[in-house]
Amino acid sequence: MNFDFSETQLMLRDSLRRYLDDAYGFEKRQAMLRSASGRDPAIWKALATELGVLGAALPEDAGGLGGGPVDTMVLMEEFGRALANEPFVPAIVIGAQALAATGGDTASALLPDVLSGKAIIAPGFYEPRGRHNPAAVETVAKAVDGGWQLSGHKAVVDAGPCASHYLVTARTAGSTFDREGISLFLIESGASGIVRRDYLTVDGYLAAELVFESVKLGKNALLGAEGAALDLVEKLIDHATVAVCAEATGAMQRLHEQTLDYARQRKQFGRPISDFQVIQHRLVDMLMEVEQARSMTLMATLRLDEPDRARWVSEAKAKINRAGRALGQAAIQTHGGIGITEELAAGHYFKRISMIESRYGDLDWHCQRLEDRLTG
Amino acid sequence: MNLDFSEQEQAFQQEVRQFIAANYPAAINARRERGDDLRKEDYLSWHKVLAARGWVAPGWPTDYGGPGWTATQRYIFSEELARADTVTILPFGIQMVGPVIYTFGTPEQKARFLPRILSGDDWWCQGYSEPGAGSDLASLRTRAVREGDHYIVNGQKTWTTLAQFADWGFFLVRTDPQAKPQEGISFLLIDMKSPGVTVKPIITLGGEHEVNEVFLDDVKVPVENRIHDENKGWTCAKFLLAHERTGIAGVARSKRGIARLKQILAAEPDGRGGVLLDNLQVRRRLVELEMDLTALEFTELRTLASAAKGKGPGPESSLLKIKGTEIQQRLTELVLEAAGRYAAPYFRAFPAGSNQYPIGPAFAHQAAPTYFNMRKTTIYGGSNEIQRNIIAKMILGI
Repeated sequence: MNFDFSETQLMLRDSLRRYLDDAYGFEKRQAMLRSASGRDPAIWKALATELGVLGAALPEDAGGLGGGPVDTMVLMEEFGRALANEPFVPAIVIGAQALAATGGDTASALLPDVLSGKAIIAPGFYEPRGRHNPAAVETVAKAVDGGWQLSGHKAVVDAGPCASHYLVTARTAGSTFDREGISLFLIESGASGIVRRDYLTVDGYLAAELVFESVKLGKNALLGAEGAALDLVEKLIDHATVAVCAEATGAMQRLHEQTLDYARQRKQFGRPISDFQVIQHRLVDMLMEVEQARSMTLMATLRLDEPDRARWVSEAKAKINRAGRALGQAAIQTHGGIGITEELAAGHYFKRISMIESRYGDLDWHCQRLEDRLTG
Repeated sequence: MNLDFSEQEQAFQQEVRQFIAANYPAAINARRERGDDLRKEDYLSWHKVLAARGWVAPGWPTDYGGPGWTATQRYIFSEELARADTVTILPFGIQMVGPVIYTFGTPEQKARFLPRILSGDDWWCQGYSEPGAGSDLASLRTRAVREGDHYIVNGQKTWTTLAQFADWGFFLVRTDPQAKPQEGISFLLIDMKSPGVTVKPIITLGGEHEVNEVFLDDVKVPVENRIHDENKGWTCAKFLLAHERTGIAGVARSKRGIARLKQILAAEPDGRGGVLLDNLQVRRRLVELEMDLTALEFTELRTLASAAKGKGPGPESSLLKIKGTEIQQRLTELVLEAAGRYAAPYFRAFPAGSNQYPIGPAFAHQAAPTYFNMRKTTIYGGSNEIQRNIIAKMILGI
């Protein structure tokens, strides 16, 4: 048993941390969010080229560096720590891995562009009435002469506003909750018939509502086998889930550090508030949440390729949702009023950690998935 | 001992309900539902309707313009306001400085300030906390130096709610730096238009401009604007904080919030062909919240009943504050959970009057900002840690 990172992974972590410390300095990040596009495309480019981290977890034959989920974990913790708003989970963890997994001409042609940062993939797996269930697909793709015609609505599509391509599920057979009959389509963002509504999320990411109004697609828009995409989609979502667990862990650790610093320097009643036992116990509880979050992230990362994957992923996400909430609320309470303002990073970490709770399944969704296993 | 309303009380309840239905400006709630910030005139429009009816200050003695209601009538009134989800009556004048003025003020001060608090002609704000004096309020450093018949005030206040609209502020200032911290403080009323008063916004996590910093640079304040004796400000402050805490329980508002939450849970799809309320865990969290609210309500009623016998709000109001704010926060958590991923879109960034199709269910728009914003409740009005200290000291004697 060995939980040590490799030399390469340590270098990856350090160089990314140095870069993000600068690129996501507090004032720079605030200015970015106030800008018209809500992001700085140069950062994504730098991650692809100078730092070369986009392909870290992908196999070499797919144009990656031959790493795996542990590399993704290392990167995601840094993104979480820096409060970065980059589309790494949608574009790479889901997008690039989907292309590598499905293969075929369309996918193989696009993958190098994704890893070089030229193309950005935004996955649309969730729908307004489907909540966290990727099988709840009402979007329909009809086979028409020469290809497909797609209609439906995808909800809160991460990276939607900056994407070159959408990767969406659509029903080619069956009805709303059926596991069978779901297919995966790759669609250029400029295709006619797409109505998109862009927005920032409260924690600083970009997302969009996507409405497809009889969008015409060629035959080669279909990725993988017709009607049999759900297993792959669930696998991609599980990978993404563990990635946001790592992001949460990085953010939680940083928020804990900031809260400890604050408690040490904030004086009331003539001494630092860290002298008070009620504050000390709270900071200790927060530390335990960070450590458990880190353990669960690591556990799920190492078990991502096991047959029992769903159990480990759901345990990790459910646990981290709880840990993140407890830690976030404790951090704000310890900061007092200043923690609720936009002036201090603490509040922004709180927002990020809070929003991660509902990404790729909330507490109830993951507990239900665990409970379903009990009853078979 | 009984819980029934008398016939007169039932009639009163009907009267209040009908009055609200006929007179509440509906435009205010439309703005709130859209997530628009309320304007000064939104708050004041309802205040003025109630003032005209003589109902704006339920807790005030009749001598000063209160309606002379019993504790039960006041309870019914606040229940009815919450039931109709009216905008809150701003507490700074009615609940905070008003009682301080009629308890400690001179006849001239009462005549000058109380009528304009009731009418809404003066908007008040509270200058208590400072960057270095939060939980340790008595360590405040804003200085007032006597020069003839004026004080010259210098310092900085923070977390001053809605000071951007305020005509007047009540401030705790240090008048004797040599005395023990609590014994060198005075309570001053400051005209916010005085030269040297600067109000700077603080933006909070949902993007709201609700609180401010207030800078005081050589502000000249007439001595006649001091309430109570010099260096007796802490007496006023403690009195005011105890008053503030009782209202802070927010039982009626939380009831309204739970009713709204039930509607949401019964309507929102769970992604499996049912609604959120089908989930046992969701139902469990809801009923647990309701039972905690019932416990709070009856604790508050017991407090009100003993207050009606002439005992002012004492340290038990700290208990109401702690439990009340915890319930308010849990309610926002459940709404956030119900919103799911649709809590994420940041609505404040959207162009106003957009006619594009809506994003997610309407209730979800405010779910995250409200969750963030309500973290303040366990911090303000004396943090819940401080309230526990008060209970330990005053009730348990430890």
